Parts: sequence; C-alpha cells; structure tokens
Amino acid sequence: MTPHMLTKSLDRGATIFLAIVAACGILIPLSNLLLPAGSVLQVPTYLVALWGKYVCYAILALSIDLIWGYCGILSLGHGAFFALGGYAMGMYLMRQIGTRGVYGNPILPDFMVFLNYSKLPWYWYGFDMFWFAALMVLVAPGLLAFCFGWLAFRSRVTGVYLSIITQAMTYALLLAFFRNDFGFGGNNGLTDFKDILGFNVQAEGTRAALFALSCLALILSFLICRSVVSSKLGKVLIAIRDAESRSRFLGYRVESYKLFVFTLSACMAGVAGALYVPQVGIINPSEFAPGNSIEAVIWVAVGGRGTLIGAALGAVVVNYAKTFFTSGMLAPYWLFMLGALFILVTLLLPKGIVGTFNAWWESSKEKRAATSASAAAEDGVTEPKMAE
Amino acid sequence: MNVMDTRATSAMLYLDGVHVSFDGFHAINNLSLTLASGEMRAIIGPNGAGKTTMMDIITGKTKPDEGTVLFDGVTDLTRLDETRIAELGIGRKFQKPTVFESQTVQDNLLLALNVDHSVKGTLFWRGSRAESERIDKVLETIRLTEARNRLAGSLSHGQKQWLEIGMLLAQDPKLLLVDEPVAGMTDVETHLTAELLKEINKTHTVMVVEHDMTFVRELGVKVTCLHEGTVLAEGTIDQVSSNERVIEVYLGR
Repeated sequence: MTPHMLTKSLDRGATIFLAIVAACGILIPLSNLLLPAGSVLQVPTYLVALWGKYVCYAILALSIDLIWGYCGILSLGHGAFFALGGYAMGMYLMRQIGTRGVYGNPILPDFMVFLNYSKLPWYWYGFDMFWFAALMVLVAPGLLAFCFGWLAFRSRVTGVYLSIITQAMTYALLLAFFRNDFGFGGNNGLTDFKDILGFNVQAEGTRAALFALSCLALILSFLICRSVVSSKLGKVLIAIRDAESRSRFLGYRVESYKLFVFTLSACMAGVAGALYVPQVGIINPSEFAPGNSIEAVIWVAVGGRGTLIGAALGAVVVNYAKTFFTSGMLAPYWLFMLGALFILVTLLLPKGIVGTFNAWWESSKEKRAATSASAAAEDGVTEPKMAE
Repeated sequence: MNVMDTRATSAMLYLDGVHVSFDGFHAINNLSLTLASGEMRAIIGPNGAGKTTMMDIITGKTKPDEGTVLFDGVTDLTRLDETRIAELGIGRKFQKPTVFESQTVQDNLLLALNVDHSVKGTLFWRGSRAESERIDKVLETIRLTEARNRLAGSLSHGQKQWLEIGMLLAQDPKLLLVDEPVAGMTDVETHLTAELLKEINKTHTVMVVEHDMTFVRELGVKVTCLHEGTVLAEGTIDQVSSNERVIEVYLGR
C-alpha cells in the first residue's frame, strides 16, 4: 500500500471510525489496568474479553463486506476461514503448554497422549514457533480460499450456487475437524491454553494487550479494505458486482479479480480468528458450523452492505444484542429474534444502518444545496438538475 | 481456394460455415460473412434471425459447433474467451444498455479505457494526464461532459446508449459490434447516433445490428439481412429492402 492510496481512501466517515476504534483500543485497556477495581470508569476484565471478541467479529464482518458488498460474492462459509486462523493460533498455544499439561508430555498435547499418538503428526511441526503459527494464520485460510476460488470462479459458479458450495465447504470442514483421527482434538478442540509469547493468557495485562491488538488489527484491516475499494480495482470490483459479463467484454479477467479479493478476505478472516482464540480460550469444530457464517452475513446486512464501517458496526451491534438477550429470560428466543431482525432489515432497511444514514445525509445535503442554489438563482445557469 | 486465402487474411472479420444449435434449435446455420477493414456494416433481420447469437460467437460468449471465425485474418476467435477477445480489440455494445449504474459516467469510461486490466495494474493505478484527456475527449464526443459526475444509473435511456458507445470508444477496439443502438431513442437522438457512428467509422471497423430502417438508411452502408441464422441478402439498403425474399420473411409467410 502506498501512502498515496491511503490518503485517497480516507474520507470523513472513515477518519471518525478509525479515531473511535483507536480511542477504544487505547482507553479501554488503560482503564482496565490503571483504575482501581470497582471504580465507575474501570472496565472489568470480563468486559475487555467480551469486547475483544466483538472486535474480532468486526474484522470478520469487514472481510465479508469486502467480497459481498463490493464484489457481490456472497460467501456463507466465511466462518471456515475464521476458524482455520483460530486453529493455527490454537495449535501454537497448545504447543506452549509443554509439560504443564495433565499428562506432562513435553511434545504431545494432552488429547494426543489420550488418543495414544506415539509422535507429533507432521502438520503440527513448527507450531511451537510463534512466527510460523502467525504465518499459518494467513496461509491456511488463504490457501484454502485460493484453491476453492480458483475452481469455483474459473467454472463461473456465481450467485446462490456459490453460496451453497461455501456452506458445503464449511460443513465438510466441521465434520472433518470433529473426527478424533484428524489430529486437531476432535469434538473438544483445543483448549486449556497457558501462555502466549511467554505471557499468561488469563492475566489481565495479556487480555488488555490482546484487546488493544485486536483494535489495531481492525484498524489495519479497515485501511486495507478502504485502500482496495477506493483504488481503481475497487471500481472494477463494483463493475463485476453490477454487471459481470459486461466487465468481461471490457477485457477484465473477472476470475482473477474475484480470486484476489476472496483470498485477501479469507486471510483477514483468519487473522480475526487468530485473535479471537486466545481471548475466548478455546477453539473447537463448532466454529465451522454453517450457522456461524450465516450469522456473520446478517451482521453485515444489518450494518450496511458495501459500507465497511457498517459491517464493523453491525457485528458489534448484533453481538451486543446477542449477549444481552441470551443472558436473560429471552434466551430461548434469540434465534427467532435474529431471524426476525434479518427479515426486518431486508424489508425496511435494505441498505442497513450505515447505508440508510448515508442516503439520508446525501439527500439532506442536496436539499441544503438546492435551497442555497434557489436563493442565489439570479445568476441563471446552475448545474443541470437530476431529471429522470 | 487461393481467392479464399487472400480474403481470409485481408478481412477484419471473416466467418465461414458457422453452425450453432441450442438443444436442437439451429440458431446459426452455415453463416458466412466478411467484414473488410474500415468498413461499416448494418445487419438486419427479423426476430430470431441469429443476429445477437452471431455477436455472441464473435465475442466468445457462445462457442460455435462448426465453422471458422477469424479476426484480422489470423486469430481464430472460437478458441478464445471473452476477456482475451476484448483484449485483442473487439468491443461490444449490448442490446440493452449495460452501463455500470452505481458508478459515475466518468468512472464508466475510466473502466473502459484500454489500459492495464490486470489485478496488480488496477490496484496500484494512478491516473495520468493522458488518460483524463482521453476521457474528456470521449465525453465531448458522446455529449455527456456536463453529466460526467452523475451516476450512470440516473441517465436517460438515450444517454445510457451513448455512454455505452463512449465506453466502446474508450476501449478503442479495432472492431466495434453495436447491438441495436437506437432502440427506444427519440428521432433526434437516433439522428445524432447515426452521426456519431459515422464519425466513429472514420477510424474503426463497425458492425451495427438494427431494426430501425430509417436509421439504417441514414447510415448509408452495405446491409446484410439475416434469416434463420444464415445470410438472406446483401447489398445497399434499397437492394435489400426490395428483395422479395426479404419482404417475405419480414411480413411473414
């Protein structure tokens, strides 16, 4: 990313958004660590972890908005990339446990000892090193997305068919990761993490730092997305979204564009998953559940597809509602509420929260311009009005 | 045979013995057609004559079952996909105007410019003076300079048709395929479009499919009448429109 691309991509809304995220990323950890417990302004540790989870979801939502909002690729399997990133991080955290596990095996994680593994499977090699795990957080989802996209986009699978096969993909992974002999802890997944880069994952300081890092990752993801969508490539993506075959006849290789943006998006989802796992303390196959991916799409729809800010906002709003409602007596009805929310948003706010706000802002700006123009109508020639 | 060879190499577009059928329906039947470099040709024919299918074949959207399609005398178009064919220099305007509605007029033209269309090229693209000058020039030609910052979706039908022609100009192809450019236009717009195409023809080879006979007459070029996927008549508009077979197929049997 060149500086030129960054400056061009930041409008007022984006700047405000980034300022808010940065403020949260700095102030919330500080308040948690520095203020005395019980103080009104002190953010308790459990909230830091909860909000950290929301921030990770916001990154996932951004990655979905990048492909769905700007390129029209509706992935209903993005949770798979999130989970793969999470597993890569989980594998690193498992290797860090070392002899502190129940069985005290210096190499093998507990579940492997339990399942009578005699040695570490080859695909666990290297995960004791953080840099390798961090690389895999990007490579594993990216590679899957690249292979999947290469096959799907070249065969010109689009629309609802693509959505269905992305569902099938995440479901297939769910089933695979459930198996004990797949070597990722089966049903129980990976948990009982002790430390990350030498810091205790349970410690307040680590949690605060992870929250701050999540905010930083959200900022970086947002900047990457903005740079992409405000470049000429972004215009091509929108052209593909609106009239795919027209773009082909102009000489754009549609499948390359889709593949690029799909892979980029999967890597972002992987990073979100990797930051999520140490904050919630577990990764298991349920993260691959097709329902999770659909829920993530709902966040984007609620916040406003194709706005980026809306995607992040939607993730936070819907998940806040989820936490709120599933912890009270309304808990059994949460899925109904989520379904109703999706229907209501589709019917009443098809542009989502941010999209609707933008439309209202634009029209009120135009009205103001129109009134000031009619006040100064003496001058005669003005801009031709929008007819039709 | 010798004659065939020279024709095949000198023509901008050369179709010979092309067949296409969809589920047993013969959309194109032994179609042979030659378009010389720099020529403008009008294609007429009743509904279902195979005009649009022919364009689909030339642009790579449909693969023929049989036959030869040569571009510029050397390139076999039946082996290439849409993107590659567009890169070679064949531009197409669709029957229904398809502009990118949610983007501005200016951006539509920018997308159409025949510059680097690779992912890397567009990601790190920075506008150049030459590019914006070309866009300005096209905007002037298609009379949309005033509307450059408007969303393409807010244009009138006729303006969208022009914008699409403008996108073809920005693409600067060797061969332009123009499908029903004046459908739904007012008389004035139709006249202006004819002028525009004649202007474009000074530097490009053009193939126009059109129903509107007044418009075809105004173009004043050689006309080919298609019927049931094959060439029924070829010649000046007067020759073709006085041809008995043509009258027959247009009025129905």
